[in-house]
Amino acid sequence: MTEDEIRVRVIKTLSGIVPELDPGALRHGMSLRDQLDIDSMDFLNFLIALHQEFGVDVPEADAGKLATIDACVGYLAQALRTRTQV
Amino acid sequence: MAEFLMPRLGADMTAGKVVKWLKQPGDRIRRGEVIAIVETDKANVDVESFIAGVLEKILVEPGDERLPVGTPLALIRAEGAAEPAALAAAAAVVAAVPVPPAAVAPTAVPGTSEAAELAPAAATGERARVSPAARKRALELRLDPTKLTGTGPEGRVTLADVERAVQAAPAVRAEPSPADAAAARQLRMREAIATSMARSKREIPHYYLACTIDMGRALAWLAERNAGRAVTERLLYAVLLIKATALALREVPELNGFWIDNRAQRSEAIHAGIAISLRGGGLVAPALHNADRQSLDDLMRGFQDLVKRARAWSLRSSEIVDPTVTITSLGERGVESVFGIITPPQLALVGFGTPLERPWVIDGQVVPRPLLTATLSGDHRATDGHRGALFLAALDRLLQQPEAL
Repeated sequence: MTEDEIRVRVIKTLSGIVPELDPGALRHGMSLRDQLDIDSMDFLNFLIALHQEFGVDVPEADAGKLATIDACVGYLAQALRTRTQV
Repeated sequence: MAEFLMPRLGADMTAGKVVKWLKQPGDRIRRGEVIAIVETDKANVDVESFIAGVLEKILVEPGDERLPVGTPLALIRAEGAAEPAALAAAAAVVAAVPVPPAAVAPTAVPGTSEAAELAPAAATGERARVSPAARKRALELRLDPTKLTGTGPEGRVTLADVERAVQAAPAVRAEPSPADAAAARQLRMREAIATSMARSKREIPHYYLACTIDMGRALAWLAERNAGRAVTERLLYAVLLIKATALALREVPELNGFWIDNRAQRSEAIHAGIAISLRGGGLVAPALHNADRQSLDDLMRGFQDLVKRARAWSLRSSEIVDPTVTITSLGERGVESVFGIITPPQLALVGFGTPLERPWVIDGQVVPRPLLTATLSGDHRATDGHRGALFLAALDRLLQQPEAL
């Protein structure tokens, strides 16, 4: 999966949590919490949805590494690469 | 035969709409089974039956009409001897609350403006110029019949004119757009909150208490517990607060229940109303039932489900009516403390801010600890500050033993 494909799917997953999301207005390097009205329940649901979408279970200790869209894409790309190599 | 009435789903509700019947005449109904969906100002509510029996007759078809609380919606043939009494009691509760006539919203005709744009022609708006059949059909279609071009005698708008207007303009919406519906719902929710909160501040003499709780042990325990768990099995720290609040209320039951008929009526059961903010504004505080008796895992699942359904405007009637206390947490954005307004007719509201790393003195040493401000808003008619203080002390003690929650 290319990073572009991952990005599209991350944003699709996020829009399931934030129905009013405007993908065009999303700033990929900015904290999701700062630009979207999401709380810890929303963020947990986002992680659960990412798990369903990508099969990647983000450990609690890594949750802070998924603060932006760019960070999510990087983290998932790395996780998927590691998995493929195993 | 028992009447199934438009329920009062919350102290602030005066009217509701029947959105859908989930049972048909002849269907058997179990006690607690969902039989209809009712739209209130705050949610689409799955309304449960108070009795077991057979649905005899539906009196009100689903539609846009806002019906006052207490309006008969259906007839239920009750089973067993004891059951009708239960319903009568439930009905009496509803009937006992006076419904101001003004609560019935005038019937609006959304879509009128579109109709006007589509057919700006001859009509004058006089009532006599629209045939009764045309008027009825136009209202069903949410068109303003006086704005249509009439082809009948003296330019009278006929049924055929109405049908033609619809066919000629398929863009005429039978339903208000989702954006319009959401805006209208927002407005009604604000009105409901205004009514409830104004009543609270008018009637309830609040007292407010705050205490600082060291959350170090609880958060460390939670981090360790979550560390090895799949993302679907994790707990949010709010669940610890809910459980600890429920257990503390067991120790100070005077804070759990309602103020009705000029006296406090304690509740044996502890149903925690969880304040949930909705996207786009507004909030609801539906019940997590028997929060003191649920495991943390069960509470977490219930909490997740409740938030999801509240934000989708889909709650059950028992969740709306049952809360015996309200819990609000505004810690998500760094708020340190919240002094909430009690939800009438409840007796108390418990508020939590965010745990902040701050200097704290333990055994004469200054150490950094995550400190949480917990607050209590109490109804001074029912309890005094001393009781409230005992509650906050119990809450603090319980949160120091997270493994026992």
